[in-house]
Amino acid sequence: MSATTTQAPVGAATDSAGAAFEPVMIGFTCNWCSYRAADLAGTARIKYPPNVRLIRLMCSGRLDPAFVLKAFAGGADGVMVSGCWPGECHYIEQNIKALRRFVLLRRVIEAMGIEPARLQLVWASAAEGQRFAHEVGRIVEEVRALGPLGWGRDGARPHESIAAVSTAAGPAAVPAEVTA
Amino acid sequence: MTRFLYYPGCSMDASARAYADSLEAIGGPLGLELDEIEDWNCCGATEYQGISPTRAYALVSRNLALAEKQKNGSRTVVAPCSACYLNLAKTEHYLREDKGLAAKINTALEAGGLHYTPGSIEVRHLLDVVFFDIGIETIHGLVTRPLGGLKVAPYLGCLVTRPDYDHRWRSNEHPREFDRLLRTLGAEVVDFPLRTDCCGGHMTQISPATGFELIRRLIHAADQAGAEMLVTLCPMCQMNIDAYQAEMNRYFKTSYHMPILFFTQLIGLAFGFPPEKLGIGTEIVSARQALAKIGIAVPVTEAQEPVGAGAAGPPRRPRAKRTGLPMPAMPGEDGEAPR
Amino acid sequence: MSSAQERIGVYVCHCGSNIAATVDVEAVSEWAGEELADRGVVIARNDKFMCSSSGQEVVEKDIAELGLTRVVVAACSPHMHEKTFRGACARAGLNPYLCELVSIREQVSWVHTDREAATAKAKAVIAGGVLRVAEQVPLEPLRVPIHPATLVVGGGIAGISAALEIADAGFAVHLVERQPSIGGHMAQFDKTFPTLDCAACILTPRMVEAGMHKNITLHTWSEVTDVKGYVGNFTVTIKERARYINAELCTGCGICQEKCPIRVQDNVFEAGLGFRKVAYLPFPQAVPKYPVIDGPNCTYFEKGTCKACEKFCPTDAIDFTQVDKDVVVEVGNIVLATGFELFDARRIEQYGYGRLPNVFTSLEFERMSNAAGPTNGRIVLRDGVTEPKTVGIVHCVGSRDRNYNAYCSAICCMQSLKFAHLVGEHTDATIYNFYIDIRAGGKAYDEFYQRVLEEGTIFVRGRVAEVTDTLRLPAEAADEGRLMIQVEDTLAGKQRRIPVDMVVLSAGLEPPADAKETARLFGISCSSDGWVIERHPKLDPVATMTDGVFAAGCALGPRDIPASVSNGAAAAARILGRIQQKEMALEPVRASVDEARCSGCRICNDLCPYNAIIFHADRMVTEVNPALCQGCGTCIPACPAGAISGTGFSDAQILSQIEGLLMVSASGQLREVVPA
Repeated sequence: MSATTTQAPVGAATDSAGAAFEPVMIGFTCNWCSYRAADLAGTARIKYPPNVRLIRLMCSGRLDPAFVLKAFAGGADGVMVSGCWPGECHYIEQNIKALRRFVLLRRVIEAMGIEPARLQLVWASAAEGQRFAHEVGRIVEEVRALGPLGWGRDGARPHESIAAVSTAAGPAAVPAEVTA
Repeated sequence: MTRFLYYPGCSMDASARAYADSLEAIGGPLGLELDEIEDWNCCGATEYQGISPTRAYALVSRNLALAEKQKNGSRTVVAPCSACYLNLAKTEHYLREDKGLAAKINTALEAGGLHYTPGSIEVRHLLDVVFFDIGIETIHGLVTRPLGGLKVAPYLGCLVTRPDYDHRWRSNEHPREFDRLLRTLGAEVVDFPLRTDCCGGHMTQISPATGFELIRRLIHAADQAGAEMLVTLCPMCQMNIDAYQAEMNRYFKTSYHMPILFFTQLIGLAFGFPPEKLGIGTEIVSARQALAKIGIAVPVTEAQEPVGAGAAGPPRRPRAKRTGLPMPAMPGEDGEAPR
Repeated sequence: MSSAQERIGVYVCHCGSNIAATVDVEAVSEWAGEELADRGVVIARNDKFMCSSSGQEVVEKDIAELGLTRVVVAACSPHMHEKTFRGACARAGLNPYLCELVSIREQVSWVHTDREAATAKAKAVIAGGVLRVAEQVPLEPLRVPIHPATLVVGGGIAGISAALEIADAGFAVHLVERQPSIGGHMAQFDKTFPTLDCAACILTPRMVEAGMHKNITLHTWSEVTDVKGYVGNFTVTIKERARYINAELCTGCGICQEKCPIRVQDNVFEAGLGFRKVAYLPFPQAVPKYPVIDGPNCTYFEKGTCKACEKFCPTDAIDFTQVDKDVVVEVGNIVLATGFELFDARRIEQYGYGRLPNVFTSLEFERMSNAAGPTNGRIVLRDGVTEPKTVGIVHCVGSRDRNYNAYCSAICCMQSLKFAHLVGEHTDATIYNFYIDIRAGGKAYDEFYQRVLEEGTIFVRGRVAEVTDTLRLPAEAADEGRLMIQVEDTLAGKQRRIPVDMVVLSAGLEPPADAKETARLFGISCSSDGWVIERHPKLDPVATMTDGVFAAGCALGPRDIPASVSNGAAAAARILGRIQQKEMALEPVRASVDEARCSGCRICNDLCPYNAIIFHADRMVTEVNPALCQGCGTCIPACPAGAISGTGFSDAQILSQIEGLLMVSASGQLREVVPA
């Protein structure tokens, strides 16, 4: 999957320059499993799209929902959260706590007007380089199909975007008054 | 009251008439409501898949589509014939797994004004429903005439317990559920080693030598295990062992007399129904002698071979007395299979 | 932007062509120097191999001459060289935790093909690193003392080896074994491959040494029930189960065993092939030599009668009032040598184990072949009398099989060859081995295989499809009463049905049934199969990811006796090194609570699997114990007041990294990101 700057096909998502849309995404990985899975994908030279920029945490349990919101507000079109498989967390069970936060967070972002599919969860053990690469590829395509989130980039301010979404969805969707 | 969609299959009207009759008889007491799928067609038996898989799946899928359309409040199709059951279950499974196949099949179905949504119908065999949904406790409660003293060999045939898509059966090679069901009727169930071995299927047409050998093997093993009759749940198995037993005997110069009945017939007997109502007496290798031993009189009909002096295969091997080194503990009848 | 106040050096590595072939390294370093200058970057360089001594020297020189306060290296994975660059910084006088290594190799150049996209991503990654490193603070590793005692869990050959090495060096060992005697599975074997040494003969001297060693405390018929603490300072609770025998008075005479009237099937030591008494010693060479009374099967406990053992014991050593006792010990390090269990061959119904009397498992065969076993070493059928004329040995039972265990159990081929040899030694039988591949890689192993070939064993390459007693008559009438093995002979290209009298199944190795509970108890990880995960499969095979807990032997995966002994010795060596150094440095990634901000809501209290979070009821505040804290950070986001912070992965660091990563568009342009 390579980035192109040619004109995008009719109907495909485009950026402001009219080129084919390349999502920019942040991926949170855990030091013991998913980060090592990414490393393994590297040593095995498995190819996947370059759209996800990884952050290393010690554990998926460290993931503060604020990080995800910051990412969206900062211009990310999608966020991937990854960690060890349930039952295999290096810190015993912290990925379960991450899972709880993820589930609630998804509902929260949906209420904010962000499509839930922009936030995805992937479990990958240190031995699963192939799987990690495959999942990244899948998630990038899903986010690509959703188009740019349009927050915090090219000058748009988050609360302006919220207002735009709310008027599009109808007055009942989000309270009309949104403070920055 | 347990309500299902019912796919009888072609043999229920013909060679497995006794199965249909006995099922109808016991359906009432068991609370089994079977709504026949309207306008169902042949399942393709075992041949069609070898000739043209896609057309075979389309043929089967028509039944699934009709079942989905019928909407009788149940999403489960019950099939008494093992081949019909497996064709339906297998096709349903493949449609769910392979979106490309599902699209192709639905294009074909659309030509007939039908559509099937993969996953909307669940397919189960009659034994599955009787054992797991109705349950042996309920059945036990309805037994008025226990079959004590009747030695039976439980024969499931090869198609019911594998592939086991929904992981229903504790063991695929030696399932004990059928044993337990028959035991609930009061019968003495022998330890039959070939519960799920092949009956020969259509080999009796294609390669009689092979077919007869498989039939002989089953009868021989049942006889060695001390059974007086085989009990089965598949029309094909029943037909092979019943209708071809004489020819098999001629081929091997043996003189086995091993009757084979459907489990629904035994349930019917245990519930107190008269044998005629259950199609008993219509089988070719007569069960009259075996049933007479436990006090059930079966009227004579012309169809039957003259009753021989009893099973006459090779002399029965004496059961070795258990001395010597201990055996590992095996899971009990209702205990966990090692998993 | 706080990064603007720092003086940051950025170093981009070519890694030969590993990075440079896909990422335009020159452009990236130039870009960093220009575009990130207002974020604090004062120098940006690129080098062919940053990790080389010359590369490191460049960094050290810049720190000294340019007064760098932070360093960002864009190269391989931190798992490779984080230590290297931290070392370089330390040498130059910069706190090593002010250095950040970002990966543009494993996570960029090796996985992407489009040069433009990869270069853009590398820029983003570096920007993330630059903004993050500015938020990093100097840290000092935690130093903890190391208690000189060691806990070894499991008294098989691996555990015994580890225990003896440590004890011989002069340090105390607690050796815990759940069976009444140490020895493990090796004590059950007859001979060991390839030398055909008698297993008991080579094992029992070690067992005796361990039993008598002044530095080893044996806890047999015991289990570890609780582990608290951290490396160097573990507090372990060992439950010593009641033997109902007073060890002080028992002389090991064995009269209680003789007089006990109840016999039960011995499913442990005799693998179910023999019997033992309820008051029993598992085998004559047991260490310790004190028997055990099997409470659940004992008549006295069931009905209150019998007590034959008590009546006849010459030293009054029987004590039915004994209860389980908890012993608490302090240790500095732990070795897990919990071994394996045999795959349950009953699961493969086609092989008929459990249904067909003359199908045996490998352990049953070991006991049969053993001169001290239930048949006194005679190879006989299940009737205990008849010698088999033909024996079939089946390899790979439950192994290399997607339906059961996909892995190879490593030792079964050699074991099957050994069985073939032993059958030939004890009987005149014709022997068949049914194999997939012959795995004979160790020292003198292949020579042993050649020997067995020459001894006349017939090898059939094919997975056995079925073992059955149902024959195809009339052709097989002569074999009535025997077993028939149905197998595809892949080398001959045909199906074969081979009549045999006896079948031996070389069942695979599996982790103990409670492997996952054990892992949880000791705070380590095991794989989905249940084997303990080592820190690095190639370079660190006996350490686990948890400092202070090591593993040895089959607990890590199937392996033979020499490998298990090596593992034990290796773990011992690592531990002795630690003990000798008396203290250890721990990574300072820890959480801590700002008491001024803590409201005592206790939301965080239940989140710690290491019990590092303590609530002080008197002051209504929570505290994190830095020694117990493992640095996962789960408590940090939970705090509604933001009172918990974490070193090494603080909120400020991560938020800055997010900002940096999003500064660069997909095509490599700087984006004006509106701060959230």
